Amino acid sequence: MSRSRLGPWLLILFGAVYFFVPLLGTFEFSLRYLRGVYSVEAYRIVLADPRFARTLTYSTVLAFATIVVGAALVVPTAYWIQLRLRGLRPVVEFITLLPLVIPAIVLVFGYLRLYNSTSVLPLTGSERATDLLLMFSYATLALPYMYRAVDTGLRAINVHTLTEAAQSLGAGWPTILLRVILPNVRAAVLSGAFLTFAIVIGEFTIASLLDRPAFGPYLQLIGANRAYEPAALAVISFAITWACMVFIQVFARGAAEQVAGTH
Amino acid sequence: MAYLELQGLQKRFGDVVALGGVDLSLARGEFLTLLGPSGCGKTTALRIVAGFEVPDGGRVMLEGQDITDVTPSRRDMGMVFQAYSLFPNMTAEQNVEFGLKIRHHPPAERAKRAAELFDLIGLSDARTRYPHQLSGGMQQRVALARALAIEPRVLLLDEPLSALDARVRVHLREEIRRIQTELGITTLYVTHDQEEAMAVSDRVVVMSRGHIEQIGSPAEIYGAPATPFVAEFVGTINWFEAEVLDGGRGEVDYRGTRLAVDAVRGRSAGERVVVVVRPEVVELETLRGGRAPEGALAGRVKAHSFLGAVTRLKIDMQDRADILADLSSTRAGAFPIGGQVVVRFPPEGTRVLNLPPS
Repeated sequence: MSRSRLGPWLLILFGAVYFFVPLLGTFEFSLRYLRGVYSVEAYRIVLADPRFARTLTYSTVLAFATIVVGAALVVPTAYWIQLRLRGLRPVVEFITLLPLVIPAIVLVFGYLRLYNSTSVLPLTGSERATDLLLMFSYATLALPYMYRAVDTGLRAINVHTLTEAAQSLGAGWPTILLRVILPNVRAAVLSGAFLTFAIVIGEFTIASLLDRPAFGPYLQLIGANRAYEPAALAVISFAITWACMVFIQVFARGAAEQVAGTH
Repeated sequence: MAYLELQGLQKRFGDVVALGGVDLSLARGEFLTLLGPSGCGKTTALRIVAGFEVPDGGRVMLEGQDITDVTPSRRDMGMVFQAYSLFPNMTAEQNVEFGLKIRHHPPAERAKRAAELFDLIGLSDARTRYPHQLSGGMQQRVALARALAIEPRVLLLDEPLSALDARVRVHLREEIRRIQTELGITTLYVTHDQEEAMAVSDRVVVMSRGHIEQIGSPAEIYGAPATPFVAEFVGTINWFEAEVLDGGRGEVDYRGTRLAVDAVRGRSAGERVVVVVRPEVVELETLRGGRAPEGALAGRVKAHSFLGAVTRLKIDMQDRADILADLSSTRAGAFPIGGQVVVRFPPEGTRVLNLPPS
């Protein structure tokens, strides 16, 4: 290997070690449930626990709802900003970055104050309503990622020309958004969607304080009381998240091809 | 009554006057081109007709109805854009059927109409391809088919060929004209390419800085330009200032040389005018004897530009402006670089314009 190639390879090696060693350590630890032998006993216990299936289902459903609401909010907004309100772009970008700055605990206390039983909109009054509140809070947490992904996707297509072409053919705004714009930012929306999924699956603070049976609090509960099962859970969660990222790659490549050839 | 009328259109963008009062009318089935350099207002005028810009003043009338405030999606106009405007997520066929789908035409009817149009543009084999699988020229043809599918009252084209290769451009502009003539559709075309404008249009509107300089057939704006701007913008031209010597016989004084120019008949002596001569009209002879004869000028060939069938000679006229003369390339050999020549402007082939207001 020539001298010039050695440096980058060493860096890759270092990065890989930095990344994989803790994972391998966790994985190895998760196999140690039965003394003296490697087994998947910890995984068996986790997967047999009814709470695992229940909380994972709850969080998955909530994640999908959050994705739909988030996309329904962000896509028309980002589109309108790009099309007509370019000047407002910096303002909106600033707003969408706020959730990164405000800690989740502050957010949830704010919600509890605003939507408790004494307010005009008592969302904490019932379980369903609290689920709704939780979903909206997740949409807020995912906002920076969803907005940025969609905004980037919109910049890659010629929003003005496509809109005007559709209008000249007689299309109204709903048709333009659903048939022309949305299909062409599919990759971007999907990448925002999977980031949203990853956030929702692991989120702890808001779900815990709103007392909902989500996956995040379950993870924390197991982690506080058991030794090997949390390691197994960590590996499972990691696997689920990584599967999402693979999906993004697959969908993004197919959709990006369609858009790329038209410039 | 004109089919499409623009009445007193005005538009500003901040401090810039894009349109300063434009009046125009198109007859049904006419192919009218707005021609001019960037910033002259031609695209603004087109976009106002399409409904994408709202004028600050003036009206747009279609078949006698005021459509100035009608939203673009209700104007029933087909538009072809300069940038590739095909929907990337749909096949060529789906693109063409889009307008019909919105109007709730049944699938069988849509397919039939799409097939007709693909036949018309000569791309029946490419129906199921996506835009990114089509060349630039093919994409614009599909865009044209898409605009025509809805049987629009007016077809609008905004520099549709500017982004294409030269050869494709020439071929496609002929196609557009052929289709337009076949369908008899009223068409408003915008371009900065004067050759393109003259090749396809029934009439050409030459614009500059938000105003109309001249409206006329291609032959008129080329052969009888009304203003110095038109003379210079359309084709190549030689022009110089001269003073009328004799309005009766038609003679001018060009820096000490008396030239016969029929077009100054009727003007008063002493009036200063702009004399314009097309390069293909200039006559050349080899200079013998050191001095130019009466009514002609002497010069020296300083450059040849080989343009294929024609060669453009640039002639140094001593203390006067250079003159361009177009000769067939076979004749051009008789006037080598450095050679002395006699330059004549045929009195009947020379035009005269008023001096532009300073």
